[in-house]
Amino acid sequence: MRRIISMLMENEPGALSRVVGLFSQRGYNIETLNVAPTDDPTLSRLTLTTADSDLRIEQLTKQLNKLVDVVKLADLTEGAHIERDMMLIKVRAAGVARHEVKRTTDIFRGQIVDVGPEVYTIQIIGTSEKLDAFVAAMSDVDILEVVRSGVAGISRGEKVLSL
Amino acid sequence: MELLSGGEMIARALEDEGVEYIFGYPGGAVLHIYDALFKDCKVPHILVRHEQAATHAADGYARATGKPGVVLVTSGPGATNAITGIATAYMDSIPMVVLAGQVQSHLIGEDAFQETDTVGISRPIVKHSFMVKRTEDLPIMIKKAFHIAASGRPGPVVIDIPKDLTRPDAKYEYHYPETVKMRSYAPAQRGHTGQIKKAAKLLLAAKRPIIYAGGGVLLGDASEQLTQLAKRLNYPVTKTLMGLGAYPGSDRQCLGMLGMHGFYEANMAMHNSDCILAIGARFDDRVTNTVEKFCPGAKVIHIDIDPASISKIIIADVPIVGPVQPVLTELLAQISLLREKDNSLPDQSALDLWWQQIEEWRAAQGLFTGRRYGESDMIMPQQVIQSLYRATKGDAFITSDVGQHQMFAAQYYPFDKPRRWINSGGLGTMGFGLPAAMGVKLAFPDMDVACVTGEGSIQMNIQELSTCTQYNSAIKIINLRNNNLGMVTQWQDMQYEGRYAMSTYEDSLPDFVKLVEAYGHVGMQVTKLADLDDAMDEAFAMKDKLVFLDVIIDPNEHVYPMHIAPNGSMKDMWLSKNERT
Ligand SMILES: Cc1ncc(C[n+]2csc(CCOP(=O)(O)OP(=O)(O)O)c2C)c(N)n1
Ligand SMILES: [Mg+2]
Repeated sequence: MRRIISMLMENEPGALSRVVGLFSQRGYNIETLNVAPTDDPTLSRLTLTTADSDLRIEQLTKQLNKLVDVVKLADLTEGAHIERDMMLIKVRAAGVARHEVKRTTDIFRGQIVDVGPEVYTIQIIGTSEKLDAFVAAMSDVDILEVVRSGVAGISRGEKVLSL
Repeated sequence: MELLSGGEMIARALEDEGVEYIFGYPGGAVLHIYDALFKDCKVPHILVRHEQAATHAADGYARATGKPGVVLVTSGPGATNAITGIATAYMDSIPMVVLAGQVQSHLIGEDAFQETDTVGISRPIVKHSFMVKRTEDLPIMIKKAFHIAASGRPGPVVIDIPKDLTRPDAKYEYHYPETVKMRSYAPAQRGHTGQIKKAAKLLLAAKRPIIYAGGGVLLGDASEQLTQLAKRLNYPVTKTLMGLGAYPGSDRQCLGMLGMHGFYEANMAMHNSDCILAIGARFDDRVTNTVEKFCPGAKVIHIDIDPASISKIIIADVPIVGPVQPVLTELLAQISLLREKDNSLPDQSALDLWWQQIEEWRAAQGLFTGRRYGESDMIMPQQVIQSLYRATKGDAFITSDVGQHQMFAAQYYPFDKPRRWINSGGLGTMGFGLPAAMGVKLAFPDMDVACVTGEGSIQMNIQELSTCTQYNSAIKIINLRNNNLGMVTQWQDMQYEGRYAMSTYEDSLPDFVKLVEAYGHVGMQVTKLADLDDAMDEAFAMKDKLVFLDVIIDPNEHVYPMHIAPNGSMKDMWLSKNERT
């Protein structure tokens, strides 16, 4: 099953490589990875998505928890949660396609954030599925570049991942 | 507060930490540190001949004493040479602190002379590592390193120290903290009482129980509690290769080692049991054989300090995360409570039947080993270990290398005390035995320390004979000389129709007796069984000499029992070259 694992990590040199290294070392795949600072400068928040059997995921979370730099960890998929992935996609937008691209972008509630005579750069935010759907909808258009942030996630309601 | 340079801080911190020995080798990046050690440090430094040996010696010291072993190496090749020893310690959860020099901070990343990414290279084989960025952080980092290495599930910790941070002219305030607290590191201090109650119930309801004890019992200093538990219930105990000595090996309730080369009765009892109490053991593939066929009728109670060890291979019915010693103490109390309420527990008649069955298995195992002795007039490796056991009254520290000789030592030297059997179980590192013995001998100078080895393994760190000369390390080296990479040829016999692909040395072996004499030690060769005991006694009578006993043994002997793989279960074993279960 697909999982979103989110953790608070000491903002120390080498911390990220320990987390990432553990995946290859123990034969797991990372599908997306997102790391950024938090409101606390000593901590960074890392969110990753992976897919595996329940048993292997349990082993993975135990191993991650064992890393000295990992302060706290949660499997967001265990409860209600919000997930967001952000995509910047640059497409060839000339002639009739220019109109078509704009319409599809609107349908997906995306924004055109940069305009060139022949290209649009579009920003889409949503679940990974929604982003995939947008890319599929662009199948007739010449896609020049795709950049995605990877999933960031947070639990719904009162539940928080903090110290 | 006192002002110290980085080098001086390291020297002082090691003193303040109560370190007894530093095992190391100098080089450019650590010269400031070495100068500080030379000028003012009470901790003696043992100069090895290869950095791998420094880690194994520190490891041997740690296994025998329970205290972290300390290693000091230079950057680049010094650090890479230490890697095998760090991995060895990691696989067996041995506390170790490795101080590695690094190139100057401003050169890092420039492929400077003797630069390697030590933190990167060692990442998958350390419990944790530190890269020092400021001299002022050295004391707290060293304190943290010792704390992490020795607590929870122990393991090696690397500290990477750029040379400029140890400069003699840059001095800072030194304060060595008494304790450390880390928000991201808090190993369990005790087990969950509810789980322990469940375990007590399950254990007392068992009709065919077995206790499966691993290295964690030794690391957690819980041999006494384990022995109490087994004695109180009259339950059989089997031990892993890493757990030998956790329960007295010569005791009636001990079934010996289990696993790939485990005792027949131990593997049979495991397979047929209805309740396994696993303590500080990790269901290694060298124990379980085919996981899907593992002990089909058994409920599993698993006690371990490391939650990740539990239900990793075999799902535990009752998992208990916690240090083995307090958990066993609480388990004993819970068992007493339950038996106060119902003194018919456990079912004695079932237990009697179980023991009857076990004794039958035990008698059968005796046959298999006994018979093979008659087949050849050469010395059999098992006889060498028995002679070693006799000569040392079963009370020596035995280190071992890796191969057939290791398995024979594990099978035929019943260790009665914890921390006496020192071997590389997880990584299986040839070359471990000799340097490990040096470390043990330093910790226990008045005790007999013997290294059981083979002519293959001993040559992997034979340069340490020189270290032994320098520090008068009066260890005994028992070379089970079969003139081949025995464990390899055994597999080649069994799986490759005896094609000995690169597992023999032709005529290239040195004259070991002359070789050790060249280092200033005593060498003796034994070829006849009739001379074995005398030679062994003579070797151990030379209290202040390193003696190398080169024992020529039957080159064709295999280690049995041996699990049948692939697709075999615990009970499927070869018992000799042509008999199987
Ligand atoms: C460093 C290392 N390289 C290779 C091996 C694989 N290996 C395991 S046992 C063995 C043979 C050991 O030969 P020897 O030391 O003579 O012991 P014997 O089996 O003959 O008793 C080898 C090559 C290993 N365990 N470690
Ligand atoms: Mg050999």
